[in-house]
Amino acid sequence: MARIESRSLRVSIWRGKTQGRFVDYEVPARDNQTVLDVVTWVQRHREPSLAYRFACRVGVCGSCAMTVNGRPRWTCRTHVGKVAGNGRLIVEPLRNLPRIKDLACDMTPFFEKWQRAGGRFKGNAGRGDPIPRLDPSSAQRREADAGIECINCAVCYSACDTVAWNPEYLGPAALNRVWTLVNDVRHQEQDRIFEAVGKQGGCHECHTHGSCVEYCPVELNPTASIAGLKRRSLSRLFAGGSS
Amino acid sequence: METRLFALQRFSAMLLGPLVVVHLGLILYAVRGGLTASEILGRTQDSIGWGLFYGLFVLAVSVHAPIGVRNVLKEWTAWRGRSLDLAMLLLAAALLLLGLRALWAVVV
Repeated sequence: MARIESRSLRVSIWRGKTQGRFVDYEVPARDNQTVLDVVTWVQRHREPSLAYRFACRVGVCGSCAMTVNGRPRWTCRTHVGKVAGNGRLIVEPLRNLPRIKDLACDMTPFFEKWQRAGGRFKGNAGRGDPIPRLDPSSAQRREADAGIECINCAVCYSACDTVAWNPEYLGPAALNRVWTLVNDVRHQEQDRIFEAVGKQGGCHECHTHGSCVEYCPVELNPTASIAGLKRRSLSRLFAGGSS
Repeated sequence: METRLFALQRFSAMLLGPLVVVHLGLILYAVRGGLTASEILGRTQDSIGWGLFYGLFVLAVSVHAPIGVRNVLKEWTAWRGRSLDLAMLLLAAALLLLGLRALWAVVV
């Protein structure tokens, strides 16, 4: 059992929806404690009605992202000691998404943009067909593999200033997703992807700020994926493909 | 459409890069001993080279600037759609006409 020390953390948590306020809590500081542990402690001991979202607690499901001391983070893998140097934590919902209550955001626009970008895999092989052989060392497959481990936490989407300025913009996660499909030889709807990313709100609106790379908890590089989409869409344009 | 505009803006920027450098270099060179209208006209009048240089400059600016202004307006205001595109076409036409008019004045 973790040792409870006399030290404590001063934690401000956003309560309410768009209209609301920060409420301060004293939370016991422990040697090993994540931000999610802190939020859970507040919910169990001080504020039973506190709304927040989590599932796996081990950095796989991508559901617990919040804004911690001004930065988007996966709270289950964010050690308090690394972000609250002076024992102070400010926890808010993610930016760029509609708020539901307290720390819970509505993820609908985030996932709708995945669909709008053409992020759903569509193969052409049936049950009876042989399993396609993929060469993991091919350049194309390496591009796909580099972006495939996205956990859909929306940290990049929240960190992106272009999303903040332009609500139409598909955002780093959706564009990173379709870049993995562009490089998947089994995917059949390449044209649909380039049609979607060549529209308003598509890949060309990225400013290459790199906030998505900076904050991605699983260290993906959506900026590079988006640059790949820009390059590929240009070469398709000159080859007479769709724009 | 956006991919085409992206390509146009990038390629016009590639043209403008060296054009701007030469233009700035020319300004530094031209003003070194004071600047007079007759000195400018002496250089530019009947010059096919400067005519082509600034003609290309005007063309590249007319393509490049409205696309950039359109992007800025879309990010900073709620203006979207056909009216914005039309306004940017008018901006492109105005830049082109004013630029060519100025070019005509100093070259011909």
